[in-house]
Amino acid sequence: MSTLLEVTDAHVSYGKVEAVRSVSLTVAENEIVTIIGANGAGKTTLLSAIMGVFPLKGRVAFLGEDLARYEIEDRVARGLCLVPEHRELFATMNVEDNLQLGAFRMSKAHAARGFEHVYTLFPKLKERRKQLAGTLSGGEQQMLAMGRALMGSPKMLMLDEPSLGLAPIIVAGIFEIVAKLREEGVSVLLVEQNAKAALQVADRAYVMELGEFVLSGKASEIATDQRVAASYLGFADAAAS
Amino acid sequence: MNTTILLFLLQDGITNGAIYALLGLALVLVFAVTRVILIPQGEFVTYGALTYASLAAGRMPGTAKLAVVIGLVAFAFDLYAMRKTLHAPKIARAFALHVAFPVVVLLASMWAADQRMPAGVSLVLSLLIVASIGLSLYRIVFQPLAHTSVLVLLIASVGVHLALQGLGLLFFGAEGQRGPTLLTASATLGSLRFTGQGMAVYGITVAFIIGLWLFFGLTLYGKALRATAVNRLGARLVGIRTTLSGQIAFLLASTIGALSGILIVPITTLYYDTGFLIGLKGFIAAIIGGLISYPLTAVAAIVVGIVEAFSSFYASNFKEVIVFTLLIPVLLLRSLAAPAVEEEKD
Amino acid sequence: MRERWPLVIFAVIVAAVPFIPGMPPFWIVLLDNIGLSALVAMGLVLLTGVGGLTSFGQAAFVGFGAYTTAVLSAQYGVSPWLTLPLSLLVSGLAAVLLGLVTVRLSGHYLPLGTLAWGLGLYYLFSKLAFLGRNDGVSGIPPLSIGSLKMLDPGTIYFAIWAAVLISALLTMNLLDSRTGRAIRALRRGHIAAEAFGVYSPRAKLLVFIYAAVLAGLSGWLYAHFTRAVNPTPFGAQAGIEYLFVAVVGGAGYVWGGVLGAAIVVVLKEVLQSYLPLLLHGEGQLETIVFGILLVTLLQLAPTGLWPWLTARLPFKPAAKTPDTSIKLPARERSAGTPNVLLQVDNARKQFGGVVAVNNVSFDVQAREIVALIGPNGAGKSTTFNLITGVLPPTSGNISVLGKAVGNAPPQDVVKLGISRTFQHVKLVPDMTVLENVAIGAHLRGHSGALSSMFRLDRADEAKLLAEAARQIERVGLGDQMHQLAGSLSLGQQRIVEIARALCVDPMLLLLDEPAAGLRHMEKQRLGALLRDLRAGGMSVLLVEHDMGFVMDLADRIVVLDFGTKIAEGTPAAIKTNPEVIKAYLGATA
Repeated sequence: MSTLLEVTDAHVSYGKVEAVRSVSLTVAENEIVTIIGANGAGKTTLLSAIMGVFPLKGRVAFLGEDLARYEIEDRVARGLCLVPEHRELFATMNVEDNLQLGAFRMSKAHAARGFEHVYTLFPKLKERRKQLAGTLSGGEQQMLAMGRALMGSPKMLMLDEPSLGLAPIIVAGIFEIVAKLREEGVSVLLVEQNAKAALQVADRAYVMELGEFVLSGKASEIATDQRVAASYLGFADAAAS
Repeated sequence: MNTTILLFLLQDGITNGAIYALLGLALVLVFAVTRVILIPQGEFVTYGALTYASLAAGRMPGTAKLAVVIGLVAFAFDLYAMRKTLHAPKIARAFALHVAFPVVVLLASMWAADQRMPAGVSLVLSLLIVASIGLSLYRIVFQPLAHTSVLVLLIASVGVHLALQGLGLLFFGAEGQRGPTLLTASATLGSLRFTGQGMAVYGITVAFIIGLWLFFGLTLYGKALRATAVNRLGARLVGIRTTLSGQIAFLLASTIGALSGILIVPITTLYYDTGFLIGLKGFIAAIIGGLISYPLTAVAAIVVGIVEAFSSFYASNFKEVIVFTLLIPVLLLRSLAAPAVEEEKD
Repeated sequence: MRERWPLVIFAVIVAAVPFIPGMPPFWIVLLDNIGLSALVAMGLVLLTGVGGLTSFGQAAFVGFGAYTTAVLSAQYGVSPWLTLPLSLLVSGLAAVLLGLVTVRLSGHYLPLGTLAWGLGLYYLFSKLAFLGRNDGVSGIPPLSIGSLKMLDPGTIYFAIWAAVLISALLTMNLLDSRTGRAIRALRRGHIAAEAFGVYSPRAKLLVFIYAAVLAGLSGWLYAHFTRAVNPTPFGAQAGIEYLFVAVVGGAGYVWGGVLGAAIVVVLKEVLQSYLPLLLHGEGQLETIVFGILLVTLLQLAPTGLWPWLTARLPFKPAAKTPDTSIKLPARERSAGTPNVLLQVDNARKQFGGVVAVNNVSFDVQAREIVALIGPNGAGKSTTFNLITGVLPPTSGNISVLGKAVGNAPPQDVVKLGISRTFQHVKLVPDMTVLENVAIGAHLRGHSGALSSMFRLDRADEAKLLAEAARQIERVGLGDQMHQLAGSLSLGQQRIVEIARALCVDPMLLLLDEPAAGLRHMEKQRLGALLRDLRAGGMSVLLVEHDMGFVMDLADRIVVLDFGTKIAEGTPAAIKTNPEVIKAYLGATA
């Protein structure tokens, strides 16, 4: 397995506050990696900075190429794609237009294949293809955000809190899709508060606290770690119990 | 009132209304893509008209030099933004856009002013000059403010209007000018006389409206511009360059503005500050269209033109008062019709 | 009195300036102009910077003030001191008429509307015969006290700056009060403020009139200063310039208006005298530089120069902690509390063809915690909005204490003792936690704008702040009381919203996802607080996704799916309800 994304000694600052401190991580091809941690730990900031939304000090390499001089749009063109926490859909445009724009940089034939792929993964979207994105339910919006990202045939997908605000049953469906994507050759970097679900689907995990990684390893090992269980798995499994 | 006057007023109103419609469309376009309420649209009108008139009269317009100066500033902005990641193709593109383009146009205008070229050449050069100004202005003023609120953009827009109007006085003086007509043919139908110029106004307006409608509704690029308008970050995340969208919008708007100016300058005398008032009337139409709808904007523009024509006949003193107060009930209706959602402002 | 010291010192300096030996008379003229401009800008600070209503039309109100006194004193020989109240009245009345239309405009329509009537009025001034058309009115008498005629710039200087200082004092008093908080909340949208009884159209109209009256005062002074008026200084250009003054100085700060006026007036003078020499062009060169400066300023210092300046001052004003021993009388309630507090009966809400809430019925009884759960988009937040009057129901009934609420607006619903928090936090980020929470007690105070301006509201104010401080202590944020609400973490901000809701002294608390973004410990503390409130006699209706939290806390759970109620019962019953598991919880157990 070769390395796809390599982040070395990354620092991200919000004004005077350093939200991410000296973070290093790797994601290999065909791998699902998750970053778990409490609200405000800096997970979203880290993902956004890897995408180029915020400036980042340190090195981010994708497929061995340093991304420093590339803006968001150039990073997208290289196969790195972010599904952000707030989804950032085109609310006043319909589902089909949203998906079509996901393939903005792709050929027509490629977009046609993309539509087929996304509609197979998310049949619900096909039903709603003429509906405005802003009128979809939370779960459908998450599906659309993921679908839109997949239209651009990314090599790696970064998902920021895909379960946020969704009913448990919909979350389960989203995580099934994440597992399926890996089988199709897309790597996933998953940021989640719902630690239990994330650790079930991931290969490896990093635990983030106050801007730093405090723990990393195989997801199965992290899941059984005493500290993690106490801090992050306490309430998350109550729904299923 | 007899029918002749009625028809004449209607015709006059529709001709003016068509111009307002063009301007209204450009305003809608710019607002949709960049959220900028383009107050300096009126200056694009003036610049277009007076540049055209100057060139046709064999004078070198100051606007051509202005295009070079703001182009250089824009290029400097680009260089500064790229200072850490100097990337040859990007620098070359910025140079071509902000430096080479206006310089070539300047040289061409200098040459054309000497030669007394036909109206068509003056027209094209004027459009290019104003387009170049619009393009570089976006880079200097609005691109750095792209993340701010509509209000900040509006105030910046007013600042640009002030500066451009002052420069207009500097370039063209306080005296009004007229330009040569584009089409000299004319036809008479009953008591109405249709001039070639009038027909050009109608034709170009209709073509633009249809073109824009098709562009935004059907093409991928049009949709990308709309997407940028709806959600900037979302657009960037699918690989749409928002700065490029903004540039295209400003390019289109400044071209449309200049074109409107060139269309009317053979009909009415234009002063350095006339554009502002004309632009504001396009504005009224754009607002009636909610800054969203192209067809509604076009219809509203015609209504504004007709109201103006009739009020200048019956209460010429209060023409402007009537036209501007027309906006208030419209704004009120717009506000009431808007859904009661919370606006998140900062 | 200590916080007034800077003002006193400033007043002394202002009063001393004309007596400086060798002071060029021309500088006094500049200072007069600064004062006139500062008055208008101060109104704009309140209107635009604080209230969030951008106006390009203030110059028209200056015109109303100036023309009123010009016509009356020059043509009818009325004493200028008699025309002062009339000038203010005319500006104020004009503001009422224009304001009634304008403040209803939303978003960017509002500034455009002001631009439109600003232009319309300018043309009206220049066309009306009795205002002298484009020539205007001349021969306006000077102000005079006894035999002292304020003929020269040096004497009217005192009148102008007295007006500036008094206005600044009154404006600052107004901002630091119950009404002031309502005004300051306007900028962040109206829903939150209205949920606590603020009538936002009324508050907007108030600032609109206030700003217009200040502009009218400036106009009155201007007319007697120049002793001739014509339409030019009241046009769109001037309106834009006033806004520029406010933005330069810092639109959110009273002294920003004065600072901005000083900078702009001096700059204009310098530009007008030197630019033509530099560039050899004809007129209006200063507008070019002005425009460029405005744009540069927005890019470099969008909040203006005043905050930039004060951030560099060595001393900071100390925050006063309210004396929590002062008691605020409890909200009046109807005698005898019946068992059913809230009855939702067949409530339905349709948006076009979409049914968001489909004939839902449930109730909340006294001393009960009821949870409303269901997938996103199930209609939970819409149900909240129906109960609190933000949205009118399409059909069905909602009654509180047996009384039908009908289409009552949020301001009336909160009077019944129902207060709420919001799914998306709606605090004013640049107000302190204390001030934010005090908005919750809005209906329990009585002082209006006038009594606040003259500081007659202090007893009332102390009670409100004491109550706010008590509720902040109660939710455990005592240490953050004087921090800006925007500097807190999102979880803490949700807790601040709960404190604000508690300030209503409610009998029913509606909480929309209160636990989202809280850490484990914080959730436990929140749970304990809610149990505590229940023990104290309050009922809670909450929307929440954290099932552990809900199951632990709620007495009863109502489950919604696609707008329809699919189940209701105790937590134990809901956990095993097959319908609920299928639609919501999932079979992963």
